[in-house]
Amino acid sequence: MVAGGPAVVLRNLTVSYRRHLALHHVSGCFEAGSLTAVVGPNGSGKSTLLKSIMGLVPVEGGRSGGAVQVAPPLRRIAYLPQLAEIDRSFPIEVRDCVLLGCWSAAGAWGGVSRAMGTRIDSALQAVGLEGFARRPIASLSTGQLQRLLFARLAVQDAELILLDEPFNAIDAQTTGALLALVRQWHREGRTVIAVLHDAEQVRQHFPAAVLLARELVAWGPTGDVLVEPSLRRARAMAEAWDDSAGLCDASGAPLHGTAAVSR
Amino acid sequence: MTSAVWLWDLAMAPFVEFAFMRRALVASLALSVSAAPLGVFLTLRRMSLLGDALSHAVLPGVAIGFMLGGLSLTAMALGGVAAGMGVAALAGLVTRFTTLKEDASLAALYLVALALGVILISSHGTQLDLLHILFGSALGVDTPGLLMVAGVASISLLLLAALYRGLVLESFDPGFLHAIGRRGWLWQQGFLMLVVINLVAGFQTLGTLMAVGLMMLPAVSSRLWHDTLPAQLANASGQAMLASLAGLLLSYHFDTPSGPTIIGCAGALYALSLLIAPGGWLPRILVVRHRIG
Repeated sequence: MVAGGPAVVLRNLTVSYRRHLALHHVSGCFEAGSLTAVVGPNGSGKSTLLKSIMGLVPVEGGRSGGAVQVAPPLRRIAYLPQLAEIDRSFPIEVRDCVLLGCWSAAGAWGGVSRAMGTRIDSALQAVGLEGFARRPIASLSTGQLQRLLFARLAVQDAELILLDEPFNAIDAQTTGALLALVRQWHREGRTVIAVLHDAEQVRQHFPAAVLLARELVAWGPTGDVLVEPSLRRARAMAEAWDDSAGLCDASGAPLHGTAAVSR
Repeated sequence: MTSAVWLWDLAMAPFVEFAFMRRALVASLALSVSAAPLGVFLTLRRMSLLGDALSHAVLPGVAIGFMLGGLSLTAMALGGVAAGMGVAALAGLVTRFTTLKEDASLAALYLVALALGVILISSHGTQLDLLHILFGSALGVDTPGLLMVAGVASISLLLLAALYRGLVLESFDPGFLHAIGRRGWLWQQGFLMLVVINLVAGFQTLGTLMAVGLMMLPAVSSRLWHDTLPAQLANASGQAMLASLAGLLLSYHFDTPSGPTIIGCAGALYALSLLIAPGGWLPRILVVRHRIG
């Protein structure tokens, strides 16, 4: 893991769903090795930010337009979406599911080396799922499933780790265990970006924060970002959103209908 | 001694005496080995009804094959495979580039294909010919038909083995596969192609009911028995083979149509699974002492 230099650079990143803005001219950079929380009200574009880094949503101007520059190659990025697409009734065992984290190394036909097996066992241990290896995932609780997904993330050995609301519906004990894992990734020099809701949690565990309200409200050390004036502004911007807003011109200045923010 | 003779007459004599029984048995066993595991994947992907949809989707291809090559098995099989693959690929494209889900895009396309097929048939041939094609008979399997089923079964087993890991990941967690930059739709399309060639081989030699039935019924009941995928796949093939053997013997002794009897046997196995399998009904109402920890 090489520290220094940006892992992700955003330049005027704009994303819209059917012309309705999700992110509006967001610029900034995530330094390599940084641990950043992305916060903001519901619908403020936090998940969209992660998805545009992953290339999962169309970005205005195209990926090649330079709006999103990601230093690590895609196979060195790990992404945990909000629990949605996983089929929890699928007949697969816990260990095999974690093993899928080795896909980048083993692919569809490669063998599973002893080193991979060791990595999986230690990942299962790190999330407290040792002894669950041969259970079907259908037997896991929501919290256990999230532990399992964290184990898979750990096995992926990624430079850049994106977490989308990883602690939703998770009890305090599990959250604590998983946060410890996140801090360990940070110590290992990996870049971690996490979408979170709990401001207290962010203040305690995340040195840097991004505050979004479809536009960028504040970006910097957590102590400077999570202050009442900024938070109030973010809430106001989310409420002031106008569905009949006019079209934005190419230079990036909103014509009308959007709340102007001075930074 | 008498019981051995009785058993011989019951289970062996029909196959020893009649070549058509042997061919029917081999064809349905081959189809059991290749189609039933595909059915398990279809149920896992919540696409249990896809077989029925595709059985209609191949119609225009079969009709065009018939128009060009007459009542030739090869021409109609190729036409059917082309039409089925075309519909599956188009549906895949629609799913990939629009907001529609896989089942919705397939439903729309197979209906159009069915309409096209009916138009082609009614303007270029008698209905009787094509009904014969769509409802083939297990007892009418000839040597080319047998070779086709065996060839398709061999190819699809090998391809399924090659696709297996990607297919598991694509069915279980498509978002993950997408996120790590692998083309999930390739696995899915490869899988759908396998389903199409199995169905077409089955339609023309054994009939639609046999092709879709042997693919889906054992697959559905196998899911009641096991918690792991490899066990479910093996169980599905086993049940399909058992149903084929029992169905052929029953149809011989009681003079019933072979295809429906085989599917009836698969249905009986399904009913039995519903009752006594670990995921079925009886284990739920029987009091089982739970562990203390």
